[in-house]
Amino acid sequence: MKALNGRFGLPHPMLSVTLFLIWQALSNGISGGSIVLGLILAWLLPLFTRNFWPNNPAIRRPFRFLTYIVRVLWDIVVASISVALLVLNPTRKPRPAFVAFPLELEHPLAISTLAGTISLTPGTVSADISDDNTLLLIHVLDMEDEADLVETIKKHYERPLREIFK
Amino acid sequence: MHIALEILIVVLLITGGLFALAGAIGLLSLPDFYTRLHAPTKATTLGVGGIVFSSMIFFSFGDKSLEVEEILIMMFLFLTAPISANMLAKAAMHLKVGRMEDTKGHPWEQ
Amino acid sequence: MITIALEITLAMVTLAVILNVIRLFKGPDAPDRILALDSLYINAIALIVLFSMLIHSRLYIQSALLIAVMGFVGTIALAKHLKRGSVIE
Repeated sequence: MKALNGRFGLPHPMLSVTLFLIWQALSNGISGGSIVLGLILAWLLPLFTRNFWPNNPAIRRPFRFLTYIVRVLWDIVVASISVALLVLNPTRKPRPAFVAFPLELEHPLAISTLAGTISLTPGTVSADISDDNTLLLIHVLDMEDEADLVETIKKHYERPLREIFK
Repeated sequence: MHIALEILIVVLLITGGLFALAGAIGLLSLPDFYTRLHAPTKATTLGVGGIVFSSMIFFSFGDKSLEVEEILIMMFLFLTAPISANMLAKAAMHLKVGRMEDTKGHPWEQ
Repeated sequence: MITIALEITLAMVTLAVILNVIRLFKGPDAPDRILALDSLYINAIALIVLFSMLIHSRLYIQSALLIAVMGFVGTIALAKHLKRGSVIE
């Protein structure tokens, strides 16, 4: 492993694999040339940008992360339908609110994943994070009960993320 | 092309268009900036994602050659939508744009 | 069947673009206009993809990808400019 992290090694193997796959998707069909160029880019780009990635991402359970993504995709569909119904029904008025969500997560990547999830799912957009990383400010489009909302987000998204990230 | 695939493409196209339209209507008709922020981040992203996905099925099965660039477009849309929404919300909080009078709670000062 | 669906969807997305442009001119604040521009570029991606399906050519798909990337950078730069008064600190 030491050789892999050396000066000319692969500082971030997962990033290299992702870059290689994206390059194959970008180039017109997989050919010898695109594989060679993809390998070179997957080696050089993480080396050049290693200063921007101080910590390794710590995903402990990749397969659970996949089920999490599938659940979030489904929730995006539900969220969009509810927003569309609210928008298209002129008699219903939205009940907007700002809610401070107490975070239990500590890993920065986990927090940003949670913030992104919140923005894409039912009626909520994450707006800001407090300076000490303990509170997340959320804007809710149509809120019935604050405690209920916080509990739902905790149960559906934060607990699984705590298990996924170290 | 198989008839089931054609129906799938048509359904994806129409629902995608409806969602994009709902996002635009929401952007125009909702009362304040923070509520308007919800419509494009959710409805429009999902609608355009559906249209792009139907294009992938259309070209992959219609021409019998796998096309994956659409996956990149979709991935990028879904990854960037929450980030731009977050940045815009921060800018709006900084500028203290007006919000609906019956908004519960308030943005904090930092 | 697909051609008719494509034309209907094109009409819907075009209507969405018109509504976005109305919001772009109405404002009232700068973030509203940026939000309108943001959803305009997302709708432009949809228009390009629909058009390339209609003429059955993949020439323009790469440009849709480019718009997705550059539009995001543009939105972030504008929001950052509003918040700090400068894009690069």
